[in-house]
Amino acid sequence: MEIINYFVDLAGSFPKLFNQLPGAAAQGLIWGIMAIGVYITYRILEVSDLTVDGSIATGGAVAAMLIINGWSFWAAMAVAFLAGMLAGLVTGVFHTTMGIPAILSGILTQLALYSINLKIMLNKANTAVSVNKYTLLVSSRNVRALTLNNPMIPLIIVTILLVIFMYWFFNTEYGCSLRATGANQAMSRAQGINTELNKVVGLMFSNGIVALAGALLTQYQGYSDVNMGRGAIVIGLAAVIIGEVVFGKFKPFRGIAGKLLAVSLGAIIYYLVIQVVIWMGLNTNDLKMLTALVVAMFLAFPHWKGKLAARKAAREAMNGGNGHA
Amino acid sequence: MLKINHIAKTFNPGTITEKKALLDVDLHLNEGDFVTVIGGNGAGKSTTLNAVAGTFLVDKGSIEIGGVDVTRLPEYKRAKYLGRVFQDPMTGTAATMTIEENMALAYRRGKPRTLRWGVTSAEKKQYRDALAMLELGLEDRMSSKVGLLSGGQRQALTLLMATLQKPMLLLLDEHTAALDPKTAEKVLTLTRKLIRENNLTAMMVTHNMKDALQYGNRTVMLHEGRIIIDIDRETKARLTVEDLLKMFKTASGSGLTNDRMLLSQ
Repeated sequence: MEIINYFVDLAGSFPKLFNQLPGAAAQGLIWGIMAIGVYITYRILEVSDLTVDGSIATGGAVAAMLIINGWSFWAAMAVAFLAGMLAGLVTGVFHTTMGIPAILSGILTQLALYSINLKIMLNKANTAVSVNKYTLLVSSRNVRALTLNNPMIPLIIVTILLVIFMYWFFNTEYGCSLRATGANQAMSRAQGINTELNKVVGLMFSNGIVALAGALLTQYQGYSDVNMGRGAIVIGLAAVIIGEVVFGKFKPFRGIAGKLLAVSLGAIIYYLVIQVVIWMGLNTNDLKMLTALVVAMFLAFPHWKGKLAARKAAREAMNGGNGHA
Repeated sequence: MLKINHIAKTFNPGTITEKKALLDVDLHLNEGDFVTVIGGNGAGKSTTLNAVAGTFLVDKGSIEIGGVDVTRLPEYKRAKYLGRVFQDPMTGTAATMTIEENMALAYRRGKPRTLRWGVTSAEKKQYRDALAMLELGLEDRMSSKVGLLSGGQRQALTLLMATLQKPMLLLLDEHTAALDPKTAEKVLTLTRKLIRENNLTAMMVTHNMKDALQYGNRTVMLHEGRIIIDIDRETKARLTVEDLLKMFKTASGSGLTNDRMLLSQ
């Protein structure tokens, strides 16, 4: 009986879900930009960089403080980007010059950034940037409006510009050397590529984009919070993986531009699914646990697939005897 | 062209895994020399090559390539003088990048990497001609990922990449050891062809004594971190594998211990 009631209620509250989906899509667009930053380190450089949990909040803090001090949102976003690059530089120096494993380097920077982000916001845990008082590029207020000031329009434009820029950059001579650094370091050095420098540049570039996403998120939600980056890396990874799983099979999503678009769409899917799950009654406090479990499953998938294939090959070799191994 | 002046290298000094890999290696190569390098397990063959390539810095001695002292230069800065092919076919190429992208990376060895387009259409034509010479059909698969190629194909490609920009010195580190005999033969023939056509100076580490005698104009044998035998072209022409083994025994005072070398007799 109870279960029937649950579904009746759910059906009744369908308009409520419908009302929330545009907001989820806009959030997905912002986190998609963040996930494109994660893609640079995770997929192109093949390092897992945890700096992003801190640098997204740095981007948000910098943008909030500059905007309330009278800067234009464009200038604030540019400075946020630079601040993110600086965070990436620190991780890069930890990793290359000081020889600390990449994952630990990111954790160290992320921890330090917590203090720095508080300092940026003058020792407050959050800073409001109300769309009533300041001119902002995006605001959640207009997310259901069918007008030109709907935040999804600038977010889509920023995403497309970013994808075009990345497509160009990773096809330049220097961009190719960055990709080579991630693909094969020994080979890269043999071809005269300074792999250590490239790793630092890649980390800077990645965190710059992540901080830019932080600046957008701050404007969108109307405040910056020192904790806004908690678990950001997991959301970024979720977007990358969902994008690959859902769109990887299709040809238009094979090139660099296509893969990045898939990442952005992955983030949108992630937020839409989360919204549906919350609508179905999930306690929002359990959200991070659910996300972590889902990402863990997706990360385990290729590993299990490889094991299964190996077992199958072994079985065939035993049964057949003359099979081609 | 290459001057290795009394270099020495100890790995992990002062620890339980301490390994005196090179004691005193002294070797001078003239322009156009093609030296084959042989020796037992742990004799220091690959270590000598890696010392030249800059994979690590030597403890003692100095290394000059084409008159430039490279002793303290990091690996990526020496790359402009060197073409390298590794034992593992996976090492020499980037699997997730296409054939033409790999070649473009090699084509820019020793040059600054700018924000110009990474692979131009003019150079693609050049790569196509170079690949056609391999007779492996790779010229029609230039936008395929290198990861799809076989070990032999990847090694042939690496060799081509190493010579795309004429290197002052070509370093071949047992580059046919991981291949089946037929493919190894093909890659060796290609090696000789490329060295001759471009008049390259080369060092080739091999575990195959027959190849060591058959290829190149000079052979050196390493033992316990030193060069113990240095054979010139005239002597090489007369020697058999048995002679070489005998020479080794006299010079080192012991039998030869290289499993793969003995197996390949």
